[in-house]
Amino acid sequence: MHEQRQYCTFFVEGFLFGVEVEQVQEVLRFQEMTRVPLAPSVVRGLINLRGQIVTALDLRHRLDLAERPVDELPMNVVLRTEDGAVSLLVDEIGDILEVVEDDFEPPPDTLTGPVRALVRGACKLDDQLLIILDADKVVNLDAASSHAA
Amino acid sequence: MSRLDDTVKEFLTESYENLDQLDRDLVALEKDPTARATLDNIFRTVHTIKGSCGFLDFSKLEALAHAGENLLGLLREGQLLLDVDITSALLAMVDGMRQILAHIEATQTEGDADYTDLIESLARLQERAEASATPASNPAMADSPTTSGATTSELRLPNVSDSNIRVDIALLDKLMNQVGELVLARNQILQFATTQEDTAFLAASQRLNLITSELQEGIMKTRMQPIGTIWSKFRRVVRDLATTQGKQVRITMEGQETELDKGIIEAIKDPLTHLVRNAVDHGIEPPEVRRAGGKPTEGHLYLRAFHEGGQVNIVLSDDGVGIDPEGIKQAALKRSLITQEDAGRMTDQQLTHLIFRPGFSTAAQVTKVSGRGVGMDVVKNNIEKVGGIIDVQSEPGRGTTFKIKIPLTLAIIPALIVTSGANDYAIPQVSLVELVRLEGAQARTGVEMMHNAPVHRLRGNLLPLVYLNRELHLEAGASPSNGQAEAVVNIMVLQVSDHQFGLVVDKIKDTQEIVVKPLWKQLKGIALFSGATIMGDGKVALILDVPAIAQRARVISELQEQALIEEDSGPEEHEDDRQALLLFRGAGGERMAISLATVARLEELSRSVIERTGDRDVVQYRGQILPLIYLAEVFSERRDVPGTPEAIRSDAENESLHVIVVSFDQGHSVGLVVDRILDIVEERLTVKGTASREGVLYTTVIQEQVTELLDVGRLIRRIAPTFFEQPAAATAEV
Repeated sequence: MHEQRQYCTFFVEGFLFGVEVEQVQEVLRFQEMTRVPLAPSVVRGLINLRGQIVTALDLRHRLDLAERPVDELPMNVVLRTEDGAVSLLVDEIGDILEVVEDDFEPPPDTLTGPVRALVRGACKLDDQLLIILDADKVVNLDAASSHAA
Repeated sequence: MSRLDDTVKEFLTESYENLDQLDRDLVALEKDPTARATLDNIFRTVHTIKGSCGFLDFSKLEALAHAGENLLGLLREGQLLLDVDITSALLAMVDGMRQILAHIEATQTEGDADYTDLIESLARLQERAEASATPASNPAMADSPTTSGATTSELRLPNVSDSNIRVDIALLDKLMNQVGELVLARNQILQFATTQEDTAFLAASQRLNLITSELQEGIMKTRMQPIGTIWSKFRRVVRDLATTQGKQVRITMEGQETELDKGIIEAIKDPLTHLVRNAVDHGIEPPEVRRAGGKPTEGHLYLRAFHEGGQVNIVLSDDGVGIDPEGIKQAALKRSLITQEDAGRMTDQQLTHLIFRPGFSTAAQVTKVSGRGVGMDVVKNNIEKVGGIIDVQSEPGRGTTFKIKIPLTLAIIPALIVTSGANDYAIPQVSLVELVRLEGAQARTGVEMMHNAPVHRLRGNLLPLVYLNRELHLEAGASPSNGQAEAVVNIMVLQVSDHQFGLVVDKIKDTQEIVVKPLWKQLKGIALFSGATIMGDGKVALILDVPAIAQRARVISELQEQALIEEDSGPEEHEDDRQALLLFRGAGGERMAISLATVARLEELSRSVIERTGDRDVVQYRGQILPLIYLAEVFSERRDVPGTPEAIRSDAENESLHVIVVSFDQGHSVGLVVDRILDIVEERLTVKGTASREGVLYTTVIQEQVTELLDVGRLIRRIAPTFFEQPAAATAEV
């Protein structure tokens, strides 16, 4: 049996990332945000999502990538988490991709640093690698800070 | 059988209510054993429970109720007079019934607990009556109340069900949330309406506004409960506690009908119970002590609730021993909560307030000395959690009074909307005392510096000022150092416990009813925000947690005093103790600190005021010439890093310099030019490394980051060896 899984994909600094489709509540274009003073820098702000207040995390920041150019507005990938919805700010939304389990590989040993803990592995697509994120770990900032320390 | 039968469920709800009523009635009856109506009520209630038990086949409960009913029957006939023993036995019966009900609720069965002892003791009490029974007593009479009781209770039931229905609290919560959403949508439409001219639309939005307000009020009312629902339990609590301790306590209540949101009632139930228990346990003295002290033997506990300014005030006072400030002082010293120096400075009122400090409650001997203090910090926390405040006043020997202020409801609160930096913030109105606006000349002179602390004279009192921009680390906007440039200073006078402070914001907008929404769990660590809300324009605004801001800005006395004391005694003697430090960033991004005691002021100077004398940059400052020391220049060989004179001169973007004015004993001052002022902290410096370079006292860890502690005197000698030899009014050449 070749098990098929569906991933919601998006681009961040040219890389193609994916999270399991079940964890995604919705995908939104850019939303205005309210800054949260004193918050960790990965927290970009708060979004009003139909009356619900959702915290937006900058995925570039979270993955130690370069800052997004100021003239580019991020898109929102809103995840369902135990503590309510959290939005990941990404550059561009990709397709929903169906991937065969066989194409999946764990991250190579050379991938080090805090990012490694956030990546579950990669899928070898024909033209590109799809990097699968561990959504729970991405939104868990406490673990991130202790990891860095 | 996973679900309770509806009939049983109804029986449980009704019985719980009946038992609560029994508690109240029994305690009332003990006060006035001849109150016929109360006795009848009690009898009827027990009889109703017994009747339902027979019907539902709960034999244990029935047996217990039956024993109680028999005893009550004798009381009704006047063959027995209620005394402490009987009351205690009847109350024990009520407790027993409650246990059985809880068991039924959990497991559908009555449980294995054995109540024969209790039933026997109830029976024994009956024998007393039989022993002294008058021959006139007629056995037939004993039955008649049973029948009359049954009819009355049957008559009572329809009355209740006619005008009331039971509603699931979860449903009310849901409705409340939806009304919250509706309020937000209404606010958005009202905001939009201001830009419209269509009269039909304006009329419709006006109507929507009215209806929403009424609906909101209506839903809020459904969640309201009189505070009496929790107070009524206090009679029993006080009675039981007083009886076991051999004390006599009278409890008076006023304003039981004052209504509060059910959620808040639940939240303050435990803290209030704690205060009541404490008052009886530690406050009110035994009768003989009271007599010796010239007080009535019966102690008095007074509870009062009333509405005031959209809040509920609760006053709880006793006429007991009071809190002895001297005892508190000794206990606090022993626990090292305060230093000897603190103790000398603190007023009695401040000492009394120490009972709310966390460390105070843990030691048992402290409790004995102080008379109170078990878990007072918990009481305070719980009350603050629902946005309330608590204050204590005590007169040794005369009694203690606690005053509590709480909001009516949690979900929708009135708040003032202010602007700081680019964003709006909501400040709950409960903490607001008044608004002060300084304009023109007032704006320039109204804010004075007391050492490094900005203050405002408000009707003769010094009001410490806290700049919201600075607390939130926002760059732009009002700050004490560029006060000259500010045309208007907006001060919100806020109250936390018994302290007032002024919060300076960029702009004060208007008041709004806001719907409180929780913050994401991982943002709760910031602590300065109690939640967020959605504004009329759909934007999210953070709700400020006023007590937390006061704490952070050290407005609250304990920390503030500590800081002052330590400043006075100078940094050298306290190297191992807590120090007040000014944290800033040097040129290359490194974190540095100097002792706050040496800092005279923090200034932001425009580049244009820098003048040059010899090879030094200076500024004219308060009638003196202040030499500037560029930390970047001192600590860096390179000339191109930001912060050096060269870099600053060539950087047209950067209009101003951040300068720390440092004063020395002989009147010498210098200005340290730094990259950025970070924070003022109080730290106990434990981890120390050796000096990394000259002019650095040592390196240490502050806020989990390595920080260099500067030795400013040394630094100056290094670059200008003759600085201190020159006269103080230095027109100096450094």
